Amino acid sequence: MTATTALPTEERVVRREALYFAVRNPKLVIGFSIVLVLALTGLFGPVILGVDAPNEYVAMPMLPPTSEYWFGTTTQGQDVFVQFVYGLRTTILAGAIGGGIAAVIAMVIGFVAGYRGGMVDEVLNMLTNIVLVIPTLAVLLIINAYLGIRSVGMQALLIGLTSWPWAARAIRAQTFSLRSRDFVDLARLSGVGTPRIIAREIAPNMSSYLFMTFILLFGSSVLIAASLDFIGLGPTEGVSLGLMLQNATQWSALQLGLWWWFVPPGAAITAVVGALYVANVGLDEVFNPKLRET
Amino acid sequence: MRQYFGRKLFIYGLTFVAAVTVNWVIPRFMPGDPVASMLARARVSQPEAVEAMRVYYTNLFGFDEPIWQQYLNFWGALFRGDFGISIYVFPVPVTDLIMGAVPYTLGLMIPAVLLSYWVGNRFGAFAARRKLLDNTVLPVGYVLTATPYMWLAVLLAWGFGVVAGWFPIAGGYSFSLTPSWSWTFFVDLLHHWALPFLSLFLVALGGWAIGMRNMIIYELESDYSNYLAALGAPAKLIRRYAYRNAILPQITGLALQLGVLVAGALVTEIVFSYPGIGSLILKAIQNQDFFLLQGSFMFIVIGVLVANFIIDIVYVLIDPRTRTGMAGAQA
Repeated sequence: MTATTALPTEERVVRREALYFAVRNPKLVIGFSIVLVLALTGLFGPVILGVDAPNEYVAMPMLPPTSEYWFGTTTQGQDVFVQFVYGLRTTILAGAIGGGIAAVIAMVIGFVAGYRGGMVDEVLNMLTNIVLVIPTLAVLLIINAYLGIRSVGMQALLIGLTSWPWAARAIRAQTFSLRSRDFVDLARLSGVGTPRIIAREIAPNMSSYLFMTFILLFGSSVLIAASLDFIGLGPTEGVSLGLMLQNATQWSALQLGLWWWFVPPGAAITAVVGALYVANVGLDEVFNPKLRET
Repeated sequence: MRQYFGRKLFIYGLTFVAAVTVNWVIPRFMPGDPVASMLARARVSQPEAVEAMRVYYTNLFGFDEPIWQQYLNFWGALFRGDFGISIYVFPVPVTDLIMGAVPYTLGLMIPAVLLSYWVGNRFGAFAARRKLLDNTVLPVGYVLTATPYMWLAVLLAWGFGVVAGWFPIAGGYSFSLTPSWSWTFFVDLLHHWALPFLSLFLVALGGWAIGMRNMIIYELESDYSNYLAALGAPAKLIRRYAYRNAILPQITGLALQLGVLVAGALVTEIVFSYPGIGSLILKAIQNQDFFLLQGSFMFIVIGVLVANFIIDIVYVLIDPRTRTGMAGAQA
């Protein structure tokens, strides 16, 4: 009886301890704050601005930043700030969905391969290695080029489908080391099925690791999406940070010295991805006491 | 060792088959009639070009034949080095266009990758566990790895090219020159190469420095380092041993990063209109030139596979465990 009541409290203590270190870790707090601020800007910005067409021509072309147009205007007289806010939304969405899909695929393949072992492991490992070697962007280029109409969702789905391999391999290795622990054996002896063992015994024991994997996949998805947009295979409608960079270079913002057009989108991508990476280091320190700075 | 290489080659062979199959499946899998849509999308004005393309496509796709025959034909054309005729510069074969672009891409990528790898590793190893340096290397490294390749390229082109006017910002060489083996041309080539190289180099640098720093810290905490320290070995010696152990995962990391590095080179080339594969791909996309696009895809895949194999050989050379058949690098 005591054992069953002791377990939840113990779990709660661990969680409270993690939270204690989390709010005191500057890397984690700063990293997540930056991502949160930018995400909220993307989420609510368009509503507050009250503009629903970011590509509308609203003002004199090539205006430098003013109090009315915070980030100036493009060569066609589009408001760069409005595009920026909408672009943030698209880019973060593409990163989150793409990273999420990749994380789910990586978990399914990593758990099954690591837990089952044997033939299943061989086959899944082979698949992982093949997808790992094929350059992601090259495949995405081909698929996206043949798709006539492209949407953010489609882009995120395709990124998710191609960027999971390294994560699957890492999760497989972790699962492999957990598989022969006593508590897993005990669960197996009591007749618990494989999916349940994975979900209840193995996954919770590496939840911090899984979360960190998702964050890294999120960051890399943002970068891949931006590269695709830049090459000219972005969403056919709307605007994203990568598309803004593409338009800026295509309409010679460089030669005309319209720095306000190409500096903000790139800075925002760098900020989102960099903040995610830094938060990831912070998380590592929170979950791994060895790494904590005193 | 034979088993190690055999396994590697088997994986690469399968990867190649998978890539070719993807390349074959996608045009057929997409909705609509590929030949008609390609002819409609290709903005070709000459009627003889349109006719030649129609005949070519219909032959290439071979729609009257059974599907397995179509697949085999595709492989046949591949082994003959026949990637089709470009639409964008009709009637130049895709292979010729790509061969003209490959030297520029390799000339940009190989020095950038190798130098950033070497400098990054050295620097990361040096900075680890040195309070002041570490506190600057780490944030700078994270900002650099998080920077999109094209943005740094744009910033450098703007800063050093447009504002300062030190470097040209477009092309592989000046329009007034024709490629030749002269000194002036070489200097001009180098002048155009500097900025794209620098931007590729800088973005890649951050990742290697961070990776190496983390690995060195991990190695310095391991038993053999502690043992050496207890024996009174100088810190420099311990660091050297740690470096040799830490370099192994970094080599695996190089193989894993190849795809990202290629993607970075492609977008950097686009920013600088550098006449490599990246600019070719951009033109292929803008002109709906699918043969050029698919040919470039195959070349990139082959290049990445070859690079992977070279990395495997290097790994065997520096890690004796793989030679004796004991555990070593995975995949």
